[in-house]
Amino acid sequence: MTKRSLSDQAAIVGIGQTEFSKNSGRSELQLAAEASLAAIRDAGLDPSDIDGMATFTLDSSDELLLMRSLGLQEVNYWSRAPFGGAGANTTIMQAAAAVASGACKHMLVWRAFNERSGHRFGQPQDPGTTVGWNWYLPFGLDTPAKIYSLTFQRYMDRYGFTNEDFGHYPVVARKHAATNPAAWFYERPITLEDHQNSRWIVEPILRLLDCCQESDGGVALVITTPERAKDMPKPPVSIRGIVDAQLIHGHVMFNYYQDDLSRYEENYRAASRLWEMTGLGPSDMDVATIYENFSPIVFMQLEGYGFCKAGESVDFVKAGHIELGGTIPVNPHGGLLGEAYIHGVNNILEGVRQIRGEATNQVEGAEHALVAGGRGGMVLGKA
Amino acid sequence: MSSVIAPTPDGVDQYFWDGVARKQFLLQKCSACGALRQPPAPMCSECNALEWETQEATGRAKVYSWLVSHHPTEPDADPRIIVVLDLEEGVRFVANLVECNLADIRFGLPVELTWVEYPSMNREAPQILPQFRPTGDAA
Repeated sequence: MTKRSLSDQAAIVGIGQTEFSKNSGRSELQLAAEASLAAIRDAGLDPSDIDGMATFTLDSSDELLLMRSLGLQEVNYWSRAPFGGAGANTTIMQAAAAVASGACKHMLVWRAFNERSGHRFGQPQDPGTTVGWNWYLPFGLDTPAKIYSLTFQRYMDRYGFTNEDFGHYPVVARKHAATNPAAWFYERPITLEDHQNSRWIVEPILRLLDCCQESDGGVALVITTPERAKDMPKPPVSIRGIVDAQLIHGHVMFNYYQDDLSRYEENYRAASRLWEMTGLGPSDMDVATIYENFSPIVFMQLEGYGFCKAGESVDFVKAGHIELGGTIPVNPHGGLLGEAYIHGVNNILEGVRQIRGEATNQVEGAEHALVAGGRGGMVLGKA
Repeated sequence: MSSVIAPTPDGVDQYFWDGVARKQFLLQKCSACGALRQPPAPMCSECNALEWETQEATGRAKVYSWLVSHHPTEPDADPRIIVVLDLEEGVRFVANLVECNLADIRFGLPVELTWVEYPSMNREAPQILPQFRPTGDAA
């Protein structure tokens, strides 16, 4: 039988995390080391077994300092994923490719930051920092909320959706977070009225409660081949398929220069590649984690991945499909709105816990989890 | 008047900000195949030619998407209206809408170029920016 690309060529065998807070009180490097050590131990490994490393280009901890902290003796492969939250998926894809190719045996993937007590992603960007930003910063387009909203507006106009419609997602996310002790918003659910009473961030698109958190914390994963995974202590979680889809004329957070901004084209492309790679489809998924910097993007991805048709996501969410007990529970841990914003990587950890059967808000008997990350995504399954 | 971030020209977009200083709204055009590209790039993605020139835009456009920012660059600044425009030349451009009541903003609203000078947040000299206002025409 021929190998189907990266389908079932790698498994996630260890996960680890620090507490999620608004002020960790320690360095980003320490958060990275703590989360990494927890993931290595969860895999039943010693730090000296790790010979590959991947993170985001935006991560402040350098590989050599982290090696020195953890006691990694020799690393034979390392790489970094460009840009923001979509990099969560990319790091796992790099790790899977690295172990599948034999470049290394055990890959460590980490992401750790003080994104609330240190540099806050939600605040206006520093002037003149990056090539290409002159087209936006002078016009005041300088936060992710604003940048994404110009896309969300087209989506709202096309289907007649309102901010109140989108408010149904934060209510679900906070309901799920309320029963997850690791979530920042543990035991703090909200109502749609709370959502509608929160202040405008971007009128008429996003209110405060549509926005993900800014968080301090670290998360990490260990990835190896399916053969090695068999002998490790936790039930191995196979990467059934993993894809990225970047399209021409895109920018770090948007693609204003494609024909129809109401359609999340990168997401549709990622979805079609993922279903083709895995031979699976939306009806095969038992649970999903969906990257959500802002609530509208959950609705767009539900459509992109085919859980419902274009323009039907609001009715789909209102009918309860994405809640625990629904047909496709989304972000049972509370997601980036309810649990924490660790650049989307914490959503991957939840996918792993669901397949292992060890999640706090467990979807009983989950066989397949979609981990959707906008321009990329993966399917996790029992090995 | 709210202050704005002055651009730091990055080598690819110098022609544009030089034009702005003269109140000229310039688009980059491939000298080989004539394709307009906004934002600019050193190579034409249509034909891979390196040679390019500029074309002055008419300044006529229609609103393609819009928002009102309640989280401005400076905490106490007035909300700004940010728009994605379909320029008459067939390319998109991000800018601001001025001299327009919130209630009058709609998709497809015809707008025209106007130049506005703002205090700069990061430079001593004021910054002039291409801004857009309703033409008063029906769609």
